[in-house]
Amino acid sequence: MKSQLPPPPPRSLGTLVLLLALLALVVASFASLPLQWTAFFTPEAIGSAREFLAGFTPPEMAPAFLMKTLGALWETLAMSLVGTLLAIVAGLALALPAAGRFGGALRGLVRLVLNVLRSIPELVWAALLLVAAGLGPFAGTLALGVHTAGVLGRLFADALENVPPQSEAALRDNGAAPLAAFLYATLPQALPQMLSYSLYRWENNIRAAAVLGVVGAGGLGQMLKYHLSLFQMQSAATVVLAMLLLVAAVDAASFALRRALTR
Amino acid sequence: MPGATAALHPDPAWRGRVTATVVCLLVLWPMLHAAEFKPWLLFDPQSLRAAGGFLSDFLRPVHEAEFLAMILRDTWQTVAIATAGLTLALLGAIPATLLITERLSLSLLGTRRMRWGSRIVRQLLRWVLVLLRSVPELVWALLFVRIVGLGPTAGVLAIALAYCGMLAKVYAEILESSDAHAMQSLLTNGSGRLPALLYGALPESAAELVSYTVYRWECAIRGSAVMGFVGAGGLGQRMDESTKMMAGGEVATMLIVFVLLVALADLVSKMLRRRLG
Repeated sequence: MKSQLPPPPPRSLGTLVLLLALLALVVASFASLPLQWTAFFTPEAIGSAREFLAGFTPPEMAPAFLMKTLGALWETLAMSLVGTLLAIVAGLALALPAAGRFGGALRGLVRLVLNVLRSIPELVWAALLLVAAGLGPFAGTLALGVHTAGVLGRLFADALENVPPQSEAALRDNGAAPLAAFLYATLPQALPQMLSYSLYRWENNIRAAAVLGVVGAGGLGQMLKYHLSLFQMQSAATVVLAMLLLVAAVDAASFALRRALTR
Repeated sequence: MPGATAALHPDPAWRGRVTATVVCLLVLWPMLHAAEFKPWLLFDPQSLRAAGGFLSDFLRPVHEAEFLAMILRDTWQTVAIATAGLTLALLGAIPATLLITERLSLSLLGTRRMRWGSRIVRQLLRWVLVLLRSVPELVWALLFVRIVGLGPTAGVLAIALAYCGMLAKVYAEILESSDAHAMQSLLTNGSGRLPALLYGALPESAAELVSYTVYRWECAIRGSAVMGFVGAGGLGQRMDESTKMMAGGEVATMLIVFVLLVALADLVSKMLRRRLG
């Protein structure tokens, strides 16, 4: 007795073409980049890379330097917190028109602005804002604020639009002022979600603030860039360690907080 | 009784609100100080003049054919760095996934306890992957620029290392979250480990694996543009140079191209995920 196998699924030509196109993209990428593999794998290059890596050990552990790193760590945290707070204020201000409260035309326009704010990364914002704010953490704070305002504005607007409108309408029908109706009916319903978005973005911003400084915008990144450009590898190793510790601490705190909140 | 109503504050929670505000402001003050939050600096005449000139240039994006052709070449380089980096990351991530997936452990299946040797190998490899993905890709790029010099090689290597750690971890998680039954019966009936993975776990997880990889490709494009700012080639490096020369028109053109590139990558990635996922 021959078993009846179901017919094989049809092979689509489109998928095959797509896979070939992906392969072509990969081949073209490797072919067009001026990659210096040969220079990278010569004995002397390997020797110099090993020497370079050996320069990182041991990390600089002098108390004075550790205090300086701690200061930069604090600056990074402050940048992320102040930037996120700025973003919450700006995001809320932009979310009201983006949620269609002042007409459809303004909704489309503000959403476009939010998209542009969001699609330019923090680091690019920082590089641009250095022109206006000068070197230092202030430019980084503003950059975090601008990018995150785009993200949070969009999320806040969606949260506000998703709130059922009946309770606000009931207050309005009974003669409450528009602002009071919004503050007492719609905002409290969207607030928990907005808060959790803000916390999530703060977590992201701590990680972003750590590296933002490589363009000169303060925090641990600026210190790393400074010591690397002076070839002070041991100091750079300490700064990288501080970054890793910060990221690990943020991850652990967010994991613990999430578990405590969802239990 | 009018006296009793006058004594009650209209907001019964006002005490708590005021205390919370004061405490927040007290905590915030040192933070504002550390972040050098001085908004008035933005309005100081000298910086206003610099920023004003830069911004007014923004309104006239440079659009000469020669400049546009150069930007196009840089944009392609950004995409190529992301693609090449992700390909190298896959070369490292796939073997690492095979090694750390606990479903493939025969000793775990047979004796419910992993052998010491394989446990140590798995744990060591996991730590290496944690290290690879915890160092931000920008820091990898900064280090590689010091080793191999300015140019796209540093960007490709940075993406390859950072994404190798991320991809291997998520691939292993996706494979472990698939239904264990098919793979276990294949393994207990004497199938090899690779066929057991290919026929037992892969069909169920393939869509998720592909869609995560495509999403990462999209992230890599954004990342490679940003990495240019530390000298790793592509659009970012050009943008960095133009910003330093305060050429607002050039920066405006590049920002427009960058936003379009991100939107296009988003579109392509959505299309690919629908097709392959």
